[in-house]
Amino acid sequence: MTETRLDPSELVACPNCDTLHHMQDVPEGARARCMRCNEILMAPKGGAMTRIVVLAVTALILMIAVVFFPFLDLSASGLEQHSSVLDAIMAFSDGMLLPLTFAVAAFVVVLPAVRLMAIIYAIGPLIFDRPARPHAARAFRLAQTLRPWSMAEIFIVGVAVALVKIAGMATVSLGPAFWALVALVLVTTIKDTFMCKLTIWKTLETQRRS
Amino acid sequence: MQVDDLENAGNPTPLLTARQAGLVACTGCGRVHEQGVERCERCGAHLSSRDTTSLQRVWAWWFAGLIIYFPANLYPMLITNTLGTEYKNTILGGVIELIDHHSYFVAGVVFFASIMIPVGKFIAIAYLAYSVRHRATMSDHGRQVLYEVVEFIGRWSMIDVFVVAILSSLVQFNFVASIHPGIAAISFALSVAFTMLSAQSFDPRMIWDAEEAATE
Repeated sequence: MTETRLDPSELVACPNCDTLHHMQDVPEGARARCMRCNEILMAPKGGAMTRIVVLAVTALILMIAVVFFPFLDLSASGLEQHSSVLDAIMAFSDGMLLPLTFAVAAFVVVLPAVRLMAIIYAIGPLIFDRPARPHAARAFRLAQTLRPWSMAEIFIVGVAVALVKIAGMATVSLGPAFWALVALVLVTTIKDTFMCKLTIWKTLETQRRS
Repeated sequence: MQVDDLENAGNPTPLLTARQAGLVACTGCGRVHEQGVERCERCGAHLSSRDTTSLQRVWAWWFAGLIIYFPANLYPMLITNTLGTEYKNTILGGVIELIDHHSYFVAGVVFFASIMIPVGKFIAIAYLAYSVRHRATMSDHGRQVLYEVVEFIGRWSMIDVFVVAILSSLVQFNFVASIHPGIAAISFALSVAFTMLSAQSFDPRMIWDAEEAATE
């Protein structure tokens, strides 16, 4: 690593601690870690791109079910109340709390959906060996930025807590949208384990040049 | 420090950072560029050898999050109407109510997510930002892990906001029983978002720069 002339294109720097590494081919299933801070630099997996796109499409379809199907049904002494995810979003819609409606809508539905679409747009063409679409890099960067702000899995835990809180006063039955959301969270999590940022960036770069 | 020395013992050449080599690395995709390149040629992210405004932004979001964290705890999060009687619950009040109902596990989850994580996050971010400029008692690896934990766990505080949203949409039986969100919901959501932005503004390369400066 201490040759007089370093060729930047043959190097990779750890995004965490700036340490330089020589780019090497990492076998599928193996992990390359930073020598200094132990951050995972590369973790390529076989057929990862195809799986990511397929899982992202699945998650996007599930998202449609989440929004439009009934989510929770509540019944207590003859009274009944149906609630969809849209209702939960609209819970804050009167008065001072209106901005929170937009925030919940964004965290639970809009941002996860945009993230999935960005991933499909950026990686989709690569699995067919097609050149990357225009702004594919921007789309994939957006998907990375949105990752902490997609909170569907946190919403699920919120539902669980809410169910315990009202379990004493009413009977709650779970609708298809609830199970769709559970499936969506699982699919998204599996998809993210296949995501090796560096491999995808390198592929995007070569597909743009050709 | 001892651990670091042992790890490097088998490694004949000392580790070189992009900055030491006169290069600029992209934090988005790891691509290395010659100094002076403005945008990453691979992913298009803005390049800077070190984010000089990082600490400034960390503290700005940190204070914004802390200020708004007070009303989030003092004002009601949840307003319950049962047959004309109104109950107002703060975040802590909600936890106490769960304990009264013997839902200890869920009380624990809510207490952890809405009280422990936010408070712990304020302390952790402040410590990380402080330790960059001052002598740190924790090892680099320890602080790296702390930073990763803060980044990973911070968003989970949003649970309580979602609980309020679900309860308010579900429990709407006119005067028999109804639940409405309180003003604290918005302060709390903002506090969580601000501290997330604070943590994201932190440039973890600063943790390792201190070691670099010490060995030179």
